[in-house]
Order: sequence, then structure tokens, then C-alpha cells
Amino acid sequence: MKERAVLDVSKLPLHGMGTASPAWWGTCGFMLIEGSGFALAIAIYFYLFSIAPNWPIDAPAPDLFAGTALTLLLLASIVPNILVLRWAKARALVKVRIGLIAMSLLEAAPLAPRIFEFPAMHVSWDENAYGSIVWTLLGLHTTHIVTDLIDTLVLTCLMFSRHGDNTRRYGDVEDNCLYWTFVIVAWLPLYVCIYWVPRL
Amino acid sequence: MDDGLDDAELERHLLQRWETPHGVWNALATVDHKIIARRYLVTAFVFLILGGLLAVAMRIQLAQPEARILDPDRYNQIFTMHGSTMMFLFAVPVMEAMAIYLVPLMVGTRNIAFPRLNAYSYWIILVGGLLLWISFALDAAPDVGWFAYVPLSGPEYGSGKRADIWAQMITFTELSALAVAVEIVVTVFKQRAPGMSLDRIPLLVWSMLVMAFIVIMAMPAIMFASSTLILDRLVETQFYNPAAGGDVLLWQHVFWFFGHPEVYIIFLPAAGMASTIVATFSRRTIFGYLPLVMAFIATGVLAFGLWVHHMFVVGLPRLGEGFFTASSMAIAVPAGIQIFCWLATLWLGRPVFATPLLFVIGFIVTFVIGGLTGVMVASVPFDTQVHDTYFVVAHFHYVLVGGAVFPLLGAIYYWFPKMTGRMMSERLGRWAFGLIFLGFNLTFFPMHILGLLGMPRRVYTYQPELPWAGLNLFISLSALLLVSGFVVFFIDVLRAWRSGEPAGPNPWKAGTLEWATSSPPPAYNFRRIPVVDACNPLWVHPDELAVTTGLRVDRRELIASSVVEALPQARESSPRDSIWPFWAAIATSIMLIGSIFTPWAVVWGSIPIAVTLIGWFWPKGTAEDTS
Repeated sequence: MKERAVLDVSKLPLHGMGTASPAWWGTCGFMLIEGSGFALAIAIYFYLFSIAPNWPIDAPAPDLFAGTALTLLLLASIVPNILVLRWAKARALVKVRIGLIAMSLLEAAPLAPRIFEFPAMHVSWDENAYGSIVWTLLGLHTTHIVTDLIDTLVLTCLMFSRHGDNTRRYGDVEDNCLYWTFVIVAWLPLYVCIYWVPRL
Repeated sequence: MDDGLDDAELERHLLQRWETPHGVWNALATVDHKIIARRYLVTAFVFLILGGLLAVAMRIQLAQPEARILDPDRYNQIFTMHGSTMMFLFAVPVMEAMAIYLVPLMVGTRNIAFPRLNAYSYWIILVGGLLLWISFALDAAPDVGWFAYVPLSGPEYGSGKRADIWAQMITFTELSALAVAVEIVVTVFKQRAPGMSLDRIPLLVWSMLVMAFIVIMAMPAIMFASSTLILDRLVETQFYNPAAGGDVLLWQHVFWFFGHPEVYIIFLPAAGMASTIVATFSRRTIFGYLPLVMAFIATGVLAFGLWVHHMFVVGLPRLGEGFFTASSMAIAVPAGIQIFCWLATLWLGRPVFATPLLFVIGFIVTFVIGGLTGVMVASVPFDTQVHDTYFVVAHFHYVLVGGAVFPLLGAIYYWFPKMTGRMMSERLGRWAFGLIFLGFNLTFFPMHILGLLGMPRRVYTYQPELPWAGLNLFISLSALLLVSGFVVFFIDVLRAWRSGEPAGPNPWKAGTLEWATSSPPPAYNFRRIPVVDACNPLWVHPDELAVTTGLRVDRRELIASSVVEALPQARESSPRDSIWPFWAAIATSIMLIGSIFTPWAVVWGSIPIAVTLIGWFWPKGTAEDTS
């Protein structure tokens, strides 16, 4: 078959950012998968709640302090996260490097109160279905925090290397910010379920 | 850059950059979507053969009353293995394999999005399948049905590690399927050839896109189910223990929330294949492109509103039953739209009844019968009567084999020339179709009657005084006819692979982009990326392909385009071959298999996974580094 050249793409950038980047869509795809998982876990929480004569089963409502502290820490990380996103869009290398160090610390910080959240449930995972689902919800979210923390640490190292200052890596930083936003947003309904629904 | 080079020189540069070199190590490291798809296809068909042999074993056992060929325990393992193999190791992977092969070619790009993830997903499902089948060889296979209902699969009744092996096999297939789904979505959204706007996407690609979204939304349910089952068994969580606030029906809800969409994960790609084949062999564009796309999407949405119709006999509230009856019947509407569009295309075209089209016609007939019995079992009073009988076995085989295997076989005949460069035999194809169509209907239609006569499913034998012996013998003999059809099919595949007639680039004179390149396609798919201005560009411009220029040839580059209009946005570099996805899959497998025995496997198993992921993502410099 003969070919007829009708379009020259040589002037296109070497990597798209934001919605122009396939990696951004890939991140969205995985957030959709994990979001479906969280939604399902919440549905199961309410399913078990609906068939239980008392909720929580054989346990007082969880203590609020650790979970609320974690929630505040997560919410506090929104502003620096947005700033890093903007700096990545502007390809401001120095600011991105500083921002990623800050975000590494801010993403590690919630793990401290998270350690205290498990005992704050007043129930073990194997005591009853209530214990099983709240531990699972906490476990799922902890996995997400740890995953994104590792991602941020790796990215921080990368941005300090010779590979840092290019469009692809700034795109990675954008995607990382997007994912952290997801980690925060996913927590809010979990927080309501775990800490406030038992108080209804 | 690819401009300024003559064709031979350009091909040499592209081959140098994209081709997978020879050798075992390179074979393990390849990220070429075509090679990986072929592996998926071969693996899936091997599992089809194995699952089919188990079906034959069951039919031999049931051919006469009180047979003693299989004992109850082995029979339980065999029907579990048959269902699990066919659903998780054949049906879903084979459809994803077709997507992995065809979608990049049909949208005019050089590789699938995230090709290393694609390689990883293959190794993962291979190990998952081997795990299941090795356990069967060791007489430790799951014996709780492909649905693994609790409490039978729970810690109280499910002895040994059988149910754990089932649950972890599920986790393997989930990982693989979810990875491929994301790859398909991103390939379709971001890597379409310039000009391939939403209304010019081939119907097969649309169907694969909807299928991928169903996987993304439905697979987390089975992931949750398998994970919580193994947690109940391994660390004594109480999700399914009614004595501790859990609920056995929770399992059924979660399982069928995945399990019913699973049917459409299989059916929608088949509908896309049927649409493509009907159009090509009718020699005209498909009738009702937009209604078909809408029907695919509607099927995908409605698929999530049907799961409770698998649970009508468990005693749910009447209101719920009414809602799920209505939604189960409603899905017949988009299915009807699809069938009418295909029939209209055939009616308005000049159909050539070649083997691929014969299989599609077989699909329409069998799927309509399956759909009609589906409307019957969507009715609560009827379902209550036949639920645990062979009527349901007949129904779901009509839907699954009719709805997926017939169009798939047609698709193999249709795309085999593209994949191998050789034609399958028309004569053997007609024989294969005839034997399979006849064998299938003679095997499964009498099961409706058997079910109405009250024969329960999942039983390993029955008494001679019951009125089932004659039909069972007839069904078992018919199954041999069905098997002989598959034997002819596989002989034809092997024959054509070795010495089939050369196909040429476009033997069917089809209109979509995969036929614009040679058969089989080169490692780089297209010498230059096509530019599209029609739904069937090769029908509009049969002799000339509009193309882009300006991609580099000294690295793997492809075009990223906008989601709606497919306007070029960037030149993306596509990852090079890497051995790390293979090692990552091995590390993941060790962790998953280890966690059948101890939860600490998850902790310690994470370390080698982390190491392999570092190797996988280790930056070696990107195009931007040196530009």
C-alpha cells in the first residue's frame, strides 16, 4: 500500500503532561480500581452493619483521637501537595525538590497516628465481623499511604538525579500529587464509617 | 526522524529498535504486545483443552447411572477445575489476549500502553494457572465449585489448602486482568492514530474498551471476596461466620457482583468480533454503528444490576427480587439491538458465508436461545423451580459458549492470517463449524429437558430408576461430536501454522487499520503511523494510506493523542524490553503462593517484589535526557 504523508509530528513535545500523558490516565485507571475497592469495602461495612443487632459488635465505639489526628494531618498535606503540583507544571526544579522532601515527611507523618488507630478500635480482627471489616478498612488505607510514601521517596531521589529535570519526571510528580489527593479523598468516607457511624 | 528515509532504510532502523532479538533471555524480556498476546492465546487455548478434557471426564462418568469411574471427591475437584479453568484461565484471558493483539493494531499505534506491565500480567496468569493445575495433579485441587460458596469453602468445612489454592488462583487472575484492562483503556484513550475520533473507533475496540471498564469495576469485588476468604481461613477473620456477626450470603453478593459482569466481560469482546466479521463479510459498513456503541455501553452498565438473579433461591426481600428481575430482563434490550444491527447488516449487504461468518451466525442462533432461557430464569417463580438443575447448566453454556466461544472461533479464523501470515483452511473450517455447532446443540439442548425432569447439577451420579439415563447417554455421546469439532479446529490451526497458504496483508479485503500492515505485522506494527478520516479507512482509501512523519527512529517512539478527537499531543517513548517484569512476576508469585501457608509471606515476600520493581523502573535515560 502506498503511503501519503499528511502530518508532520516532529515538533510535538517529547512527553505530555497532565491529561496529555498516558501515565496520567494509567494513574486514573488504578485509582478507579482502588476506588471501586474502597467503595465495595464501605458497602460491605454497611451490609454487616445492617444485619448486626448491635453495631459495633461487642466493642465500644473507636476512640476518636488517633483517627482524627490522622485526618487533620492528611488534610494539612493538601496545600503543599497542590503547591508541588503547580511547581511541577511550571517545571521549577528546585521548588519541586523541596516540595517532594516536604511531602515525603507529610506522607510519613500519618503513619504515626495510624499505629494507634488499630488499638483504638477496641476489637481485634478475629473477634467478630465488625473487627474484621474495620481492620480491613484501616489495612487497605494504610497500604495506600505506604505505597504512595514509597513512590514519593523514590521520586524525590530521582528528582535529585540527572534524570530529574525533564518533562517525563515532572509528569511523574504530577501523577504522584494526583494519587496522594486520592489517598486523602478515599480516607474521608472511611473515617466517617469507622469513627462516626458507630456513634449514630 | 522517519522522514527523509526510503522504505527499506526506515524498516531497517525500526526493526533494529523494536524487534525482540533471539534467545531465551530476550524472549523472557520482550514487551512486544503481539508476542505477549500470542503467548496469552496459546496458554488460554491449552487451558481450554484441559478444561474440555475435564468436561469429557464428567460426561463419561454421567453417561450411565451409578458409574464408578470417578469417586465423589475427584468429581468435585473436576467440576471445580472445569469451571475455574474455563472462566478464569480461558474465557477472560483469551478475550484479553485478543485485545492485547488487536487493539494497538486497530488504533494504529506501535505498542500497547505500559508494555512492561503487559509482560508482567502474562507471567502472573501463567503461574496462577500452573498453581491450580499442579494442585490438581497432586490431588489437592479445590473442590468447592468455581464459585467457592462459603461455608463449604470456609475454614469449618473446606479441608486442607484446597480453597486457599482456589482463592489465590483468583488473585493471580485478578492482577493480570486488571493490569490488562488499564492498558487497554489507556491505549484506546491516548494512543489512537491521529484523526481516529470517538465516532471512528472500530467496534471491536469499543467493545474491548467497555470490557476493560467492566473489569476495572467488577474485579475489585472478586479481589475482595478471595482476599477475605483467605483471611477467614488463614488469620481467622470472621467475614463469613454467622456466629460472629458475619454472613454467608455476603459471599454470594460479593462473588456475583463480580460473577455476573464476568459474563459480559466475555460477551462484549465477542460482540465486537461479531460486528467486525459481519461488516467485512457483508461487504458494507455496519448497520447502526452508534446504536451498537450505545448497546455495548448499556450492556456494561446494566451488567452491574443483575447479580442478585443468581440468588433468587436464597430468600431475599421481594422488592429486591422484583428489581433484579426487571434489570435482568432489561439487558435483553441492548442484546436485541446488537442482534438486529447484525441481521440488518447481513440483510443489506452481500454476505459471503466464509467460515468466520458461519461461526458468527452460529453465535447469533445459540446466543438467542441462551438469552431466551435467560429471560426465563430471570423470573423468580421459574428460577425457583430449575435453579439447581441441569436447566441452568444448559442456559449458561448456551450463553457462554454461544456468546463467547462461537464468535471467538470465528475471530480466530478471521485474524489468524493477520497473526501468522497464513490462511486457515476453508474446508476444514466448515467441518469444524458443522461439528461444533451440531455437537454443541445436541449436547446442551437436552440438558434443558434433563433439568425440567429434575436432575440436579453438581451430582457425581444418579440412580437407574430415575428417568435421566437415556438423555445422559445421548448427551455424553453428543459431547464426543463436539470434541471432534474442536479436534478438527486444532488440526487446522496446526496445519495452517506450519504450511497454510500465504495470506497477504488484507486477505478478506477488510476496512480496519490492522489490515494496512503486513501479515504478520512487523515488530513496529506500522512503518509510519496512519492518519484516519473514516471508520473503515481501507475501504475509503484502498490503495493509499495517509500517514504521519516526524517520529524518531533511533528510539521507540509513538504518538499520544487527545481523548475525543485523537489530535496528536506528544511523542511518547515506549519502554524497551526488560527482564524485570518477569522477575517481578516470579517474586509476586512466591509471595502469593507463600501466603497460602503463612501471612508472614506477605511481609517477607514484599522485599523481593520491591527489589524487582526498582529494577523495573530504574531510569536508564529518556528521550528528553539526550535531546
